[in-house]
Amino acid sequence: MTSDSVSPDTSPVVKSEGFGSKDVVLDINDVSKSFVTSHRRVQALESVNLRIGRGLVTGLIGPDGAGKTTLMRLVTGLLLADGGRISVLGVDVAREPLVVQAMVGYMPQRFGLYEDLTVQENLDLYADLQGVAPADRPARYRELMRMTGLAPFTTRLAGRLSGGMKQKLGLACTLVRSPALLLLDEPTVGVDPVSRRELWAIVYRLVQEQAMTVLLSTAYLEEAERCHEVALLYQGQVLGQDSPASFSAQLQGRTYAVTAPGLKKRALQETLSVRPGVVDAVIQGDRVRLVMDNTTPPATDALLPALPGAVLEPVPPRFEDSFIARLHAGEATRASAYSTDQHDPRAVASPTGNEPVIEVRHVQRRFGSFYAVRDVTFDVCRGEVFGLLGANGAGKSTTFRMLCGLLPSTSGSLRVAGVNLRRAAAHARARIGYMSQRFSLYGSLSALQNLEFFSSAYGLSGSQREARIAWALRQFELERMADVSSIDLPLGYKQRLALACALMHEPEILFLDEPTSGVDPLARREFWRRINLLAERGVTVLITTHFMEEAEYCDRLAIMAAGEILSLGTPAEIKRAARSPAIAEPTMEQAFIALIEAQQQTGMAS
Amino acid sequence: MRLRGLIRKEFLQVLRDPSSIAIAFVMPVVLLLLFGYGVSLDAKHVPLALVIDQPSADTASFTGAFQESQYFRPTMKATMRAAEQALLQGEVNGIVRLRADFSRRLHGDTSAPIQVIVNGVNANDARLIQGYVEGVWVNWLEDLARARGEELNIPIRLQQRVWFNSELRSRNYLVPGLIAVIMTLIGALLTAMVMAREWERGTMEALMVTPVAMREVLLGKLIPYFLLGMGGMLLSVIMAVWLFGVPLRGSLAVLFVAASLFLLVALGMGLLISIVAKNQFVAGQVAIIVTFLPAFILSGFIFDIGSMPQIVQLLTHLIAARYFVSILQTVFLAGNVWAVLVPNALALIAMAVIFLGLSRRRARKRLD
Repeated sequence: MTSDSVSPDTSPVVKSEGFGSKDVVLDINDVSKSFVTSHRRVQALESVNLRIGRGLVTGLIGPDGAGKTTLMRLVTGLLLADGGRISVLGVDVAREPLVVQAMVGYMPQRFGLYEDLTVQENLDLYADLQGVAPADRPARYRELMRMTGLAPFTTRLAGRLSGGMKQKLGLACTLVRSPALLLLDEPTVGVDPVSRRELWAIVYRLVQEQAMTVLLSTAYLEEAERCHEVALLYQGQVLGQDSPASFSAQLQGRTYAVTAPGLKKRALQETLSVRPGVVDAVIQGDRVRLVMDNTTPPATDALLPALPGAVLEPVPPRFEDSFIARLHAGEATRASAYSTDQHDPRAVASPTGNEPVIEVRHVQRRFGSFYAVRDVTFDVCRGEVFGLLGANGAGKSTTFRMLCGLLPSTSGSLRVAGVNLRRAAAHARARIGYMSQRFSLYGSLSALQNLEFFSSAYGLSGSQREARIAWALRQFELERMADVSSIDLPLGYKQRLALACALMHEPEILFLDEPTSGVDPLARREFWRRINLLAERGVTVLITTHFMEEAEYCDRLAIMAAGEILSLGTPAEIKRAARSPAIAEPTMEQAFIALIEAQQQTGMAS
Repeated sequence: MRLRGLIRKEFLQVLRDPSSIAIAFVMPVVLLLLFGYGVSLDAKHVPLALVIDQPSADTASFTGAFQESQYFRPTMKATMRAAEQALLQGEVNGIVRLRADFSRRLHGDTSAPIQVIVNGVNANDARLIQGYVEGVWVNWLEDLARARGEELNIPIRLQQRVWFNSELRSRNYLVPGLIAVIMTLIGALLTAMVMAREWERGTMEALMVTPVAMREVLLGKLIPYFLLGMGGMLLSVIMAVWLFGVPLRGSLAVLFVAASLFLLVALGMGLLISIVAKNQFVAGQVAIIVTFLPAFILSGFIFDIGSMPQIVQLLTHLIAARYFVSILQTVFLAGNVWAVLVPNALALIAMAVIFLGLSRRRARKRLD
């Protein structure tokens, strides 16, 4: 993100402790909030203290269920805190919600647009509601349209806009009257990286031109580095509030990039992650990024004995490293509890090879006149982890459903495990494990009952079935949770259980549709380790994701937009192709943006 | 300005979304056509088997009386067996049999019995058929006596006069009652669904964090759907008078005021439902179960309240449609009978105040 055009470096430098009371726009003082669901009480926020300074962009960072949306709703007066006090510019929210609501602009997660009204009608409605004088409107509208680039679309229905455009219209609607405090609840989720970058540009213009104060929540850790200040929210508690640089600075001297010729990157990561002193080991391109628990430089041969060519190179810490380090400090036992399974009955003779297990040739899928997938061709080999990367609506899920035989293709050929899906979809499905976006578990059944159901649905019975269930409970550490209704399981457990269910019949091919969205970074890492282990054993994995850093974990990936594959190759190849004089070492996100921009230019030319 | 914005938004949505137009205008037409033409509680052209064991001049004039009657469509059957067969197969709803000695006994001093068999499965129809057969029979006897130049010897004579619905057309009271049911659906279903839609699509959350007051949000829903509902009402009245020929004896002004009151009650119920049920499916189900079904069954629109068990009769007082059905039937068939209209209107006012007041109290700008 350092070379990106959007960065907070032009902003006033203010330390969080430094501002006086009149510079505090939002003051959250010892706020707690709990909800009572059917059987239990959930503590959503616990003694939260935050102070947001004037003219700053503060990022509220945390995984799903951390309490971000609850906090936003408390600030807007939509929820009432159990205890503590929230004030916006000195006004108590609980006492005078209408006064506060007149001062803040709030964009909820789903943008709050009326999809059956046009862009202009949406703007008019919010201008009416916010009491913008009719005389001031033309100028304000002009400015908002210029800022968002929506001017050519004012007569289009909001429901017909793309995800990125909806997001910008939602923002424009909250800005019809310039608010003192702008609250954005996960504005960038599921939106393509180009639109995300544009949104950040708008936010920074607002801050600079109108001295607006912005509180923005996100689950994307890389976005933290774009904020002036970051508040880490985890399980209802604030783990810290500071500038992203000072978060990273705490890990100075503890981060390395490891290369080891002769060892595959996944094996290298696996080896490193169980070494003493290692906090985090993730694949990044061809290398493995390492975070240690102290600043003493580790000896290469202590970390990687019997690997003479391994190189350990210090790299600057990222925000994500510090987040992971903090979470680990909180629950040190979690990652070490993970055990690799040596007794898996599954043994594949040749784990990897060059024979394609999945062959996709010129596949199209049309819905009416709309092409959801257009001329897509790729192969996936045995034991490969293949990623489909793209924003919502790029065609990832449609491709997936066709590969699982759930949706017929309009044209082209699809072969999975040597079976043509047009003729024998059911036969192919027996060899496929599928984990859908929402995990498709039976909420009212316990974890054990879900396993029992899925194993019998896949045709297992008798001792074989019992053995698989026992394996799943042990392997996925679900024994403790076996009798808990799956709807009450924490998200990370749900994800594990869903994966276990998809693996009951020992499939050769595993389809994972956005398996990690919304799951906290620790659970995500753990999930990827399991995926890597499966791939090592010869299971072919096809995975969709909108997390850019997860693209790095794949052997190869296809970047999709508007139903087409824009680029196909290893992560390193894709990044290399995006090199330019301006960006020497592009990140995956920058490569993605470059691809989309190139496509838009050719689209305009033709 | 805020209220105007909300109302304009609501009208734009109504225009773009055919489902609310359908509920307000297509549904009354369909329901009225269905009930107006399809449901009739009158027995007309009832198929009847006549079995004449020995035809004669008397039996010919007797069957002639049945053939002339608009209530029956008689068919002759040669034997009782054939007639019974027809009854079992549902071709006829009743059998009238004249025995071989009918003529002889009629002219003699002994009475001449007629055998009448009625399919009693549908008790209501059976009772009607029974009555009508007796009517035809008495008329025939009178004609016979008149022909002989003597008075029929019956000790008590019944002089019937039917008021308000002199033709006894069931349509005349079904259609006004139906209007009440339709208005219940338009009012409650429409508001409950559109409020739930705002929750479901997340627009309510954005709306609440503007300086708009909850009162304005509620009024912004009430006013457009009140107008839409009155449009549906107008359409129903026009159809009732011109298409079904239901007399409108009271004044239009009274009708308008009563309809406004009832619509406020229905809209209030819809708002209250949407505060509890925040998705369209649940809101729709709840609206149908707590407003439409009771209006259908307990309002006295089809089923007479007076013949319900005491406890159910008490329950009907909780159903707003009951008061409106009563007003509508009075205004259409009897006229401005204040003694009926005023108490019912007062009940509607009380219910409107309760439902709208509860909605106002319960609707807060909060999510918990």
